[in-house]
Amino acid sequence: MGIVSPGFFGRRRQGDPALPPGQYLTESFPVLSAGPTPRIAPEEWEFTITTETGQVHRWSWDEFLALKQDDVTQDIHCVTSWSKLGTSWRGVSLDTLFESVESDCEFTMAHSYGGYTTNVPLDDLLGGKAWIAHEFDGEALEPAHGGPARLLVPHLYFWKSAKWVRGLELLRQDEPGFWESNGYHMYGDPWREERYW
Amino acid sequence: MTDYLDGNAAAGPLSEFFAIDVTTARGRCLHCGRTDALATAQLYPNSHGLLLRCPGCTEILLRLVDTGDTVCLDLHGLSFVELHRD
Repeated sequence: MGIVSPGFFGRRRQGDPALPPGQYLTESFPVLSAGPTPRIAPEEWEFTITTETGQVHRWSWDEFLALKQDDVTQDIHCVTSWSKLGTSWRGVSLDTLFESVESDCEFTMAHSYGGYTTNVPLDDLLGGKAWIAHEFDGEALEPAHGGPARLLVPHLYFWKSAKWVRGLELLRQDEPGFWESNGYHMYGDPWREERYW
Repeated sequence: MTDYLDGNAAAGPLSEFFAIDVTTARGRCLHCGRTDALATAQLYPNSHGLLLRCPGCTEILLRLVDTGDTVCLDLHGLSFVELHRD
């Protein structure tokens, strides 16, 4: 299928311990576009966490920015084979957002403006492993890269870091999201090359 | 500049599934009901797979993911596909 070209823009850095198997290093920040880019004004934006009982925890943009902010530097790995090392983000840890949330669920579905979904186990969002990021490299996150805010789960392939995220739904059982329902791996660990079913 | 190409460009990747050039067939969008040749759809090639979106409502008509060992085709956004013999 020649029209979709994995591994573009890259060069292999052999033996780099920060590079998962099958990945190439890029200095750019490729944009993978699956549809029209949503443009969400801050006054329209909200983020929700919905529990299995239907309880909705809700943050407006201003309430979200008033939460404790983390500055993190992370390597990111796209399933199309590029990796970008040492990327700088600012955002709110999911640990902070889940402080007031009570749930017995082990799984989540991330929902985005524009309709995209992706499934992530709750354990992979907690313990300092995931953020709702709204700045990249010291600047407001551009819409093309998921602004105003995206999920950032850097230890999984980057399709799990849902752009334009608007909420998390807690699930008792794991369910496939947008790409997971059509060929992509349910978990997506780059170090195990969990790209596809 | 748009992010997408004409659906014509999907003819090659889809030829693995269909005996005819399916982009010449007319498909009906499940979401808005628009019926048009698949060649007129919006093709987003720079994604994790090939996506055809309806030119009317931009909802997804078709997804194709090539995993190397398998090719996964999702047609749930098309309520029918019509081919004229002429």
